Amino acid sequence: MKDFEFHRPASIKDAVALVAGTSGAKYLAGGQSLLPVMKLDLAEPPALVSLARLPGLADIRVDGGTVAIGALCTHDQVARSADVAKAIPALAALASHIGDAQVRNRGTLGGSVAHADPAADYPAALLGLGATIVTDRGKHAADSYFKGLFETSLADGELVTAVHFPVPRRAAYAKFAHRASKYAVVGVFVAETAGGVRVAITGAGATVFRSAAMEAALTSSMTPGALDGITVPADDLNADAEASAEYRAHLIGVMAKRAVAALR
Amino acid sequence: MPKLTLSVNGQPRTIDCANATLLVEALREHLGLTGTHVGCDSSQCGACTVHVDGRSVKSCTMLAVEAEGAAITTIEGLAKGNDLHPMQAAFKEHHGLQCGFCTPGMVMSACDLAARNPAPSEGEVRHWLEGNLCRCTGYHNIVKAVRAGAGDMNGGK
Repeated sequence: MKDFEFHRPASIKDAVALVAGTSGAKYLAGGQSLLPVMKLDLAEPPALVSLARLPGLADIRVDGGTVAIGALCTHDQVARSADVAKAIPALAALASHIGDAQVRNRGTLGGSVAHADPAADYPAALLGLGATIVTDRGKHAADSYFKGLFETSLADGELVTAVHFPVPRRAAYAKFAHRASKYAVVGVFVAETAGGVRVAITGAGATVFRSAAMEAALTSSMTPGALDGITVPADDLNADAEASAEYRAHLIGVMAKRAVAALR
Repeated sequence: MPKLTLSVNGQPRTIDCANATLLVEALREHLGLTGTHVGCDSSQCGACTVHVDGRSVKSCTMLAVEAEGAAITTIEGLAKGNDLHPMQAAFKEHHGLQCGFCTPGMVMSACDLAARNPAPSEGEVRHWLEGNLCRCTGYHNIVKAVRAGAGDMNGGK
């Protein structure tokens, strides 16, 4: 790994200024995505700006119909939060199956959302619930946030500070996990929300996406059988050593049915 | 090079290291604490697991400089003299190892679980140990050892 400057600011303002001041500088939260990439020399930031000392970014608040989770909350914190488990049990369950115990102790919601790995779990919850990504300079709707492979609507240096999840009537997430990394080969998040049924699929494409055909079928009948015969075309799906595009298309149907059967 | 002060197994230790130094490199190469192993070096196998403020983390995927100000515990910090920690004793008693390479990480991970859950079920132990890979045992005796060790740590026996 190439050496770099290391900064540990105590305010969001200073953190944003430090990243703005060095071309290629990166924020460092839990490091569970960034450090592996740096170890492979796939990223060589000249400076890392640690977020560890920023105050107020690791809180979870449930306020009426919204669960607001600070960007620095670890996956473990979300998985073990009684408030999250009560308001959106599917979200707590999703967090409890990210990576493994050690990764969950370090990895953060904000890091996952900013990195936007195509096989990450959280993007499915954000898109499936219609969440809002809050940053140092504004808000992004999940529907227009995930743009492509590791690509989001964040501007250069924009810092994710929280995610606001609307509480659904019912929701569930089902994942076919990579055997070693536990990343989603395919993960499907199904939610009955105030705005209708939402189905978000991660792991299968360049970024998380919704299935209009599945949403229409489940709007008619929220049963696993309603998805019989509905397929997502394999054309644009990922193919790698884990799974062919055709296998991923098959898994989407299976995981969607499992999620519908597990709604609560 | 920047000077870094780390609290390791209850002792303050000062080292000179680059910012890019991983916590596992600081422990093994700067402090000679080679009980923490490097297996995959890609945050999958868990052989490098240590505690940072009581939480198990993969020390190959954390910078040493991030651990400044935190309390780090390695496998060397568990036993009291010749008296094995209850989790170490349980691994010995239940033959929860063969070659032993993964064992330090297994024990550190298991201690984190036992601190949260004094009586984990077999399923809970297996879910918890997803981040620790063993190529020898098939895990059965590791799971037995973790359940027994958790009981012993929490006043059983």
